[in-house]
Amino acid sequence: MWPDVWRGLRRKGRKVLIGLALAFGALAPAAAQTPAPRIAAASDLKFALDEVIAAFARETGRSVVPTYGSSGNFKTQILQGAPFQLFLSADEGFVFELDEKGLTVDRGTLYGVGRIVLFAPKGANWSPDPQLADLKAALADGRVTRFAIANPEHAPYGRAAQEALTTAGLWDTVRPRLVFGENVSQAAQFAASGSTQGGIFALSLALAPQVAQLGTYALIPAEQHQPLRQRMVLLKGADAASRAFYDYIQSSAARAVLKRYGFLLPGE
Amino acid sequence: MDWVAFSLSIKLGLVTVAVLLPVGVFVGRWLAYARFSGKGFVEAALALPLVLPPTVVGYYLLVSVGGATPIGQVWAATFGHNLVFSFEGLVLASVIVNLPFAIQPAQRAFEAIAPEIREAAAVSGLSPWSVLRRIELPLAWQGILMGLVLTFAHTLGEFGVVLMVGGSIPGETKTVAIAIYDRVQAFDTASAGIMAATLLVMSLATLGLIYRLSSQVGRRHG
Repeated sequence: MWPDVWRGLRRKGRKVLIGLALAFGALAPAAAQTPAPRIAAASDLKFALDEVIAAFARETGRSVVPTYGSSGNFKTQILQGAPFQLFLSADEGFVFELDEKGLTVDRGTLYGVGRIVLFAPKGANWSPDPQLADLKAALADGRVTRFAIANPEHAPYGRAAQEALTTAGLWDTVRPRLVFGENVSQAAQFAASGSTQGGIFALSLALAPQVAQLGTYALIPAEQHQPLRQRMVLLKGADAASRAFYDYIQSSAARAVLKRYGFLLPGE
Repeated sequence: MDWVAFSLSIKLGLVTVAVLLPVGVFVGRWLAYARFSGKGFVEAALALPLVLPPTVVGYYLLVSVGGATPIGQVWAATFGHNLVFSFEGLVLASVIVNLPFAIQPAQRAFEAIAPEIREAAAVSGLSPWSVLRRIELPLAWQGILMGLVLTFAHTLGEFGVVLMVGGSIPGETKTVAIAIYDRVQAFDTASAGIMAATLLVMSLATLGLIYRLSSQVGRRHG
């Protein structure tokens, strides 16, 4: 059948088909590699963990593949069978839920306690302070019309932001002006890019040079929200490389990186 | 530029095209010639992905073939990994959302073939199979190819359903559209800009090809 069709094609049509066939042939072998272990990591870790992964690769020659997102979404995806071997949650509750469903190796390890910051982008006409006093004034007089936090439904940092705003008595005022990031790094992106006049997100993101240069922040006192106890856990079927990385995160080298990004470390 | 994501998108586009080539030809031909009650309903069902939010498709895929569902469990037992959050899952999603893109141009091309030509071929004693390969395909190939090019371009641009059933796993389900979203969140606007510009140019080139093909269809039968 094909010779007839082939003859029916004009020259350009033939070229398109040959191109498609060649491209397909070139890409097909890419599927056969043995994959590095996949890691689900809370998005507050985006910059810190990239550094840890790079150091791990330098020291051991092994690589891991991170995906960043909101911890609550990862919990749901893991329940649905997502192929992750290690889960670094921003909230230990999700780790315990997975453990109760029998999907984890054990109950995991606390690797850090996160903090949140109040952030104002460059050019904002209000300034962040720990007690959210100027934010309150700016909300009252309309200097802040849009404010970014992560979605409290499934992002632990969004929930902490909500708690801090509630503690400050601002939740009802700020609510109609909230813009929700799908995860905390999207909330940070909204605020730091100036798309909103401010936001609350993770200290670990505010300390990254890419974000720090885009505005100013104030650390929100830890007692104004529930602690962000970040726990990691190996999932059933975790391989040697992911176990090695799990151990590496607890090494002094990795702890130094996490500390630099503002995490309180267990045992300190 | 995230080359892993880029080549994954190209691969997803090509696999989707390969799966939808026979589907486009046979379903498109069937819808062009068949007369039966309820045909409008079938056509409407096949056109649904054009108007449904991709998240609706994603939701139904998760509840029908997700890891906790019977189909998902059979798949996992057979292939050792889940259908959702895997490349195969993306192919399934991509094939579903691209059905109308592959079928409709093929159907229009078959419809444009004058009935007398097919009747003459049948009267001359050609089998239906010979009619297809010697008469219809040479006349309808532009429409079929247009559907495939459209499918390919649309796959490169698909976002919602990919995010929902794929997660964002590098090398497995993180397509270039997801990589752009990811880079923006990582404050890496340089990479996001390069990838966005690449997609823009590629999409424009593909659409240019489509318009060229569609003008040829018009000339042939006009």
